[in-house]
Formats: sequence, C-alpha cells, structure tokens
Amino acid sequence: MSTISTRRGNRAEAAAAPSKYQPQDGLLLEVDDLFVEFHTDDGVAKAINGVSFDLRQGETLAILGESGSGKSVTAQAIMGILDMPPAKIPAGQVRYCGHDLLTMPEDERRKTRGPEISMIFQDALSSLNPVFPVGWQIAEMFRKHRGLNKSESLDRAVRLMERVQIPAAKERVKAYPHQFSGGMRQRIMIAMAIALDPAVLIADEPTTALDVTVQAQIMSLLEELQQEREMGLILITHDLGVVADVADKIAVMYAGRIVERADVYDIYARPGHPYTRGLLDSIPRLDQKGQTLSAIGGLPPNLTKIPAGCAFNPRCRMADHVCRTDLPPLREVEPGRESACHFAEEVLRG
Amino acid sequence: MTKYVIRRLLQMIPVLIGATFLIFAMVFALPGDPTANKCGERPCPAEYVKKFEEEHNLNDPLPIQYAKYMGKLAKGDFGTSFREIPVKDELSERYVVTAKLATIAILFETVLGIFAGVLAGIRKGKFIDNLVLLSTLFVISIPIFVIGYVAQFLLGVKWRIFPVTVNANATGLDSWWQLLLPGLVLGSVSVAYVARLTRTNLVENLRADYVRTAKAKGLTTSRTIGLHALRNSLIPVVTFIGADFGALLGGAIVTEQIFNIQGVGGYIFSGIHNRDGVVVVGAVTVLILVYLLVNLLVDILYGVLDPRISHD
Ligand SMILES: Nc1ncnc2c1ncn2[C@@H]1O[C@H](COP(=O)(O)OP(=O)(O)O)[C@@H](O)[C@H]1O
Ligand SMILES: [Mg+2]
Repeated sequence: MSTISTRRGNRAEAAAAPSKYQPQDGLLLEVDDLFVEFHTDDGVAKAINGVSFDLRQGETLAILGESGSGKSVTAQAIMGILDMPPAKIPAGQVRYCGHDLLTMPEDERRKTRGPEISMIFQDALSSLNPVFPVGWQIAEMFRKHRGLNKSESLDRAVRLMERVQIPAAKERVKAYPHQFSGGMRQRIMIAMAIALDPAVLIADEPTTALDVTVQAQIMSLLEELQQEREMGLILITHDLGVVADVADKIAVMYAGRIVERADVYDIYARPGHPYTRGLLDSIPRLDQKGQTLSAIGGLPPNLTKIPAGCAFNPRCRMADHVCRTDLPPLREVEPGRESACHFAEEVLRG
Repeated sequence: MTKYVIRRLLQMIPVLIGATFLIFAMVFALPGDPTANKCGERPCPAEYVKKFEEEHNLNDPLPIQYAKYMGKLAKGDFGTSFREIPVKDELSERYVVTAKLATIAILFETVLGIFAGVLAGIRKGKFIDNLVLLSTLFVISIPIFVIGYVAQFLLGVKWRIFPVTVNANATGLDSWWQLLLPGLVLGSVSVAYVARLTRTNLVENLRADYVRTAKAKGLTTSRTIGLHALRNSLIPVVTFIGADFGALLGGAIVTEQIFNIQGVGGYIFSGIHNRDGVVVVGAVTVLILVYLLVNLLVDILYGVLDPRISHD
C-alpha cells in the first residue's frame, strides 16, 4: 500500500459520505483472543478457542482447515450473524477500525454489515432468496442502507452485475436465482456483497460448490475486485490449492485454534506444523502424478471433548508425551512465521 | 401461461363429464320409484308419472338421459325441485349464503392462523409456541359439531353476544353479522392447520441459508423475518387456504344445520334425503365446476408465489 488514503475518496460508485470508520495505518480488523461455544443437548461444543489475527487494507488472508475446524464460525462471529443461542461468545474482541463490534449496540453493528464488512457464502443457490429477482436482491442493499429509490437502486444493481461480468445484465436483472448457472449465481452474491463498497470482504469457501474452471474465474474476479477496491479479504477454504495464487498470508485452523500462520509461499514451501504438512500432502501435485495422496489419518476431535494438550496429538506422527499434556501456544518460530507445535523447529527442518 | 390455463381448462372437461355422469348414474339409476313421496301419502296418478318420466327422459337408456340432461344444464335449465321451485333460483340464493360463510371462515383462518403461526415460529420452544401448539391440537381434535354447539350455546344463548341462528331473510350487513359466529366456527379447525403450517414452515425457513444472507446484508430483524423468511414460508400456507376455500364453497352441512343456515350443503343434503335427483345432480355439478376452477386458480397462484414453479 503506497498511500493509505481515506477510504471511498475516489470512487464514483460510492455515493455515501465518508464512513465514520477509518482504519489506523491500514489496520481494518483485529480479532483478539476470540472464543465461541455452542450450547447444545450433547454438551458444550468449543468451536473457537482463542483465535487472534489482524487484517489490513489490501491484504488477503486465507483461513485453511479441514471441515469442522471452525472457519465458518469465526467468519460468522466477525459478521455477527451467529444464532445466539445456541452460540455464545464467552471471551474475546473483534475490533473494526478500533471499534469493538461485540460490545457495540446491535443496531449500530447491523449498519456495519454491508457497508463496512460483507460476506459471501459457499452455496450461492441456497444463499440467495429463491422468490426474489436477483437484481432486486442486490438493489435491496442500496434501498435499505442508502435510501435510494427503486429505479436508482436497480440501475446500480445492473452496473454491479456488469462489473462482475454477468452477460446481458440489463436483461437478466429481473431473473430469479434458479435461472442462473452456479458460477453466475456466485457472481451475483459477490455483486451483492461489494455493492456498498465494504472495507472487509469475507468469502467462506466461495468456490467449493463450483467446477474447477469456474473456480479459477471466481477467484480471479475476487482478486481483481480486492485490488481495485483495496479491500481486506478473508478467504476461507479447505483447499490450499484454490487460494495459493491469491492469498498473502495463511492461517491454518485446527479444532478452533490457529495452529500455524505465515506467508503463503513459506507455508507452501516448508510447513511449520505437522497438521499443515498433512494438509499439503493431501493436495494432488503435478510433479507427483500417480502417487496416492497421503491424507491425514483419523478424524478431527469432537469439540465437546477436545483432547488435553495439543488437540492434534491423537493424529500426529510426531506426538510425544509433552503433546498430550501441554497446550502449545502459537509462537514465532522464525521471523514472520508462527506455529503452535512443540516441535515446530523440527518440522521446519523437514 | 395462457397455454397452461387453456390446457387446464380442457383437462377439466373429461373430469367434469366423468364426475357428473357418476353422480347422475347414482341418483337416477338407483332402483326405486323416482316419483315416490311426490304426491303425499298416495302413489302418484298414472298421468303424472308419465309426464314426469317424459320430462326426465326416464325411458331412454342412461347415457342418453345423461346427455339430454347435460344439454339442458348447459343452456342454464336446471329444472325444478319436488316443491316445484326452480333449482337455479334456489341454488343461486343459497350460493350467496355459502360464499359469505366461506369468506368469513377464510378471512378468519388467514388472519388468526398466520398471526399465531408467526408468533409461535419466531418464539420456537418458548411459552407462546407451546400455547399455540397445544391450543391448535385441542381445536383439531374436537369434532366441529361440538365446537358449533358450544359456541352457539355460550356466545349466542348464554352471553347473547351473537345471534343464535341465521334468519334466511337477512340482507346486507345484517346477514354478514348473523353469519359471523358460524363462519368462525367453520374456520376454527383450519385456523389450527394454518397456524401449524405457518409455524413449521417459518421455523424451517429461519434456518435457511438465504436468511443468513439477509442478516449478513445488514437488514433489520423484522425485514429478515417478516419479508425474506415469511415470504417463502407462506407459499404452502396460501396454497392450503386456497384449497380450503374451494372445499368450503361446497357447503358446510354440519355448521349449516347447527345455525339453521340456508346454504348449499343443506340443499344437497335435503336433496339426497328427499331423493330429489334434479336438485342433487344440478347442485353437485355446479360444486364440481366451482371446485375445479378454484383449484386452477390455486395452481396459478402457486406459480406466481414461487418463481421456481414453471407453468410453461
Ligand atoms: N449451529 C451450531 N450448533 C452447534 N454446533 C455448531 C453450530 N455451528 C457450528 N457448530 C460447531 O462448530 C464446529 C465448527 O464449524 P464450522 O466453523 O462450520 O467449521 P468449518 O471449518 O468447516 O467452517 C462444527 O464442527 C460444529 O461442531
Ligand atoms: Mg464452513
């Protein structure tokens, strides 16, 4: 970032007054020691157990982890769209431009959803309302947040649909979600999410439901929009291959904790946690064609009964006595690299 | 859409012919003397029997009888009842009453049913939800004649809030007022069904992904629930109410009896009772036609409410 300008200074699309939220030194989001648990009939599922990370303007953070590791819950806690109950946030802060979202009055927080922080989901078909035209659903952002009238907001919707490269946007603005292909639907979700020019965009497995070729198109669209608008982008995925080209940093999650965090190429080249290594080994690589994938054995832990010590120890080949008793903290093991493994140095040596 | 409607209207023809022929066959082909009881205690004079048989083509084979009858019906000639009253006149008079009664019942079940269902759905598992579930179960499990007589006794006789019975000569606002209590009784069971249907669908839709999206868009809770979730939840509810309207337009024998209402249900009932075939077949034919038309309207409405349903 050469200049950290006031957000929304130079874009014609954003008809809003400058936001009252202005990042300090480009720092948009600070998640600080966040905990989330679910109170269910089966007990208390500890879904998030002390997650911390920052997000800056123009930065892309990938959150990587197996299904059930707490990626979506983290995103929904940031958005404030968890159902509480059953969810509960016993501790932690989520600061947006210095304001703690978790203690903010609900109406004030609601107004940040859309104009400040926005989110897209995995399954665009079920995430769009089936009974309203897509243009109407995009235009709703302008009508409810900006008070624009029907025709103005529909005009904006058409322009956004054009921006996300939906062919014949003007003719299709009145079509319904089921009349589009999966990739086009996800573009509509993206158009809706960026409508009010948010500073932070969270994409929760945006391409998981799509064909491989469409996946690549959606990822490059996200990258393009992020650079154009200097958004902070959080890309959630269980597939490192999908985000490797786009992400700057990667945070690897396991059982509701960040177990490793580093720049994308460092992690790719040399993982610093046995779990990350397991994840990398399960990606098919061109240079290892024909070899069987060595996925990690075993299953993620039951979140109502997370093992003592390192949560990964029952599945870890390197696990030692200390791993079953002491919880390894996330620590800097090399400059710019953090890992929550007692034996991180050994793992890095390979 | 126009094509769809035309196709559906054409499909109605065989259904209408089949159903009316069945009724016709059952009423006129049953053994027994069709002129029995027509002339008081004594058997009818031979001349009269002859005239009657000619008038109703009773000496033709059944399909010919039927065809001749339907031909008259199509020209608007419904014939006359035993009491020598034109069926057309009495039927249209009674249809007005039945339609009013059905309208009251439908309005009642729509307004109260959806209201109670929404209240229960957004407070799932809470006191109000249990109250709605329990009270609707109660209403569903009581036979309607019990509800009718109890309501008539308490609200009409004892507390004198409503008229006890319906006066056949009442007109205008007065007739609506007299039909109010019977309409509420008639709609009571459907209120329970509508409430439960609304609740179940709302609870399900509140968990839907697009409701999560609505929240993520920064919409207010009332808009998220009241527009996004409810709009989807009401699709099956509206369909149910539409079908119920079609059924109620067929008359309500029990409720009509209790409150002495001169509706279509009682007309057909007494027609069957008196073995008055002209009344029964004429009225039932109209009922079938109305029912088919209302169902077509419901199906069209369904396509309008749910854009995923295509009528092309
Ligand atoms: N509504 C809920 N009720 C109970 N538990 C939940 C709920 N949502 C999520 N969880 C728990 O949180 C865990 C993490 O979920 P999630 O964040 O969706 O995982 P993922 O990393 O695949 O996105 C799940 O395994 C589940 O146990
Ligand atoms: Mg997820």
